[in-house]
Amino acid sequence: MADASFHIEVVTPERLIYSGQAVSVTAPGRLGYFGILAHHLPLVAELGLGELTIRQADGQLARMALLGGFFEVSGNNAIVLADGGELAPEIDLNRAKVAADRARKALEDLDDPNVDRELMRAALTRAETRLKVAHHAGR
Amino acid sequence: MALSLRAVRRKIRTVKNIQKITSAMKMVAAARLRRVQERVTAGKPYALKMKQLVEEVGPFTVGIDHPLLTPRPGRKNPCVVVISGDKGLCGSFNNNIIRKAQTFIDELGGTSVQLITIGKKGTLYFRKRGYNVLQSFSQIGVNSPFSEVQTIADAMTGMYTSGKADEVHVAYTEFITTMRQRPHVGKFLPIEPPGQTAKVEASSAGRPAADKEYIFEPAAAELLKALLPKFVRNQVYKFLLESMASEQGARMTAMSNATDSAGDVISDLTTAANKARQATITKELLEVVNGAEALAAQG
Repeated sequence: MADASFHIEVVTPERLIYSGQAVSVTAPGRLGYFGILAHHLPLVAELGLGELTIRQADGQLARMALLGGFFEVSGNNAIVLADGGELAPEIDLNRAKVAADRARKALEDLDDPNVDRELMRAALTRAETRLKVAHHAGR
Repeated sequence: MALSLRAVRRKIRTVKNIQKITSAMKMVAAARLRRVQERVTAGKPYALKMKQLVEEVGPFTVGIDHPLLTPRPGRKNPCVVVISGDKGLCGSFNNNIIRKAQTFIDELGGTSVQLITIGKKGTLYFRKRGYNVLQSFSQIGVNSPFSEVQTIADAMTGMYTSGKADEVHVAYTEFITTMRQRPHVGKFLPIEPPGQTAKVEASSAGRPAADKEYIFEPAAAELLKALLPKFVRNQVYKFLLESMASEQGARMTAMSNATDSAGDVISDLTTAANKARQATITKELLEVVNGAEALAAQG
């Protein structure tokens, strides 16, 4: 059984988010979600905004929200270089909700020239990803 | 006797108060230094892996041109980024970096050089002397989030990619130990990625010299495009953290010295006060004895 697992680490410029043994990982690739099992060929992939799910060696799921980054597999080790991210239990639900509402409201007003629509749309997807991850984790 | 007893005692009180402040500042600086060092440690895995990744992807991207990689020979329109502190009372920290940066800037062309200054001290210094300060940042502290670093990094790369500058240099202070910091000026953009040297060897051998065959998703060239800006950001983060650590280290040392000197001053002043007190007692005693003798001689 131990043979079917691999080591995974999730790091951001500011801290180590997660480190442990995993059986499988689902990652938000920029071109779509993909799954990784133990003994995968060496891989480097760019990640987009989304949910990273790790099935741990003990069968439990660890979920986290990622704000883009890179995924590397080599020699049965996986490392995620994330621009930022949070584990599901760390997500600040209120803050995400407030951010989502604010972005939605700003986007509703189609004529306001002061709204940076790109920025607001990005803020909205970020907040929605956080909410989705928290929801999946049963919060 | 130079000073009256009361004046000396007042001076002792003042110096004692100063000593309290300097020793408090020393402790604050020590705490901040620890905080910066924690951040350096926390960020190390990312920085290390980022460097490795650029090295691994680099050899597969022979011949691609990325704006951040392409030097612009001939055209010299430099930009210098100076990282100093917001506050003084940290020994020669600000002075050293500013002096080093100024020498470098003057060699490049003095007031025609475009500057980005980080930290109030550097900003004020170069503004006052008529240098061309385009942008300045301040209040970057030990608790500033990474997003602020991003803003600064983007301003720096923006200078280069927009064509306003053909070279970007960075002046920051390397942290060696708490007691020792070294001001450093170096070229930052266009970057020579860590994989560059390996790339040259690889292209002469005809094939990337990698023992591992990676699957790239998307293609290596595109990956590198996404990687480089993040690599740059991480470098800037490193510069800022090192400068912060150096500033706090310098402040700690300076305040520690100040506390020690205050102690010396206090002990000197105490001696002076004791001498003054003793002198008054001796004088009074002499007067009493003289008076008594005069009385005895009369009687």
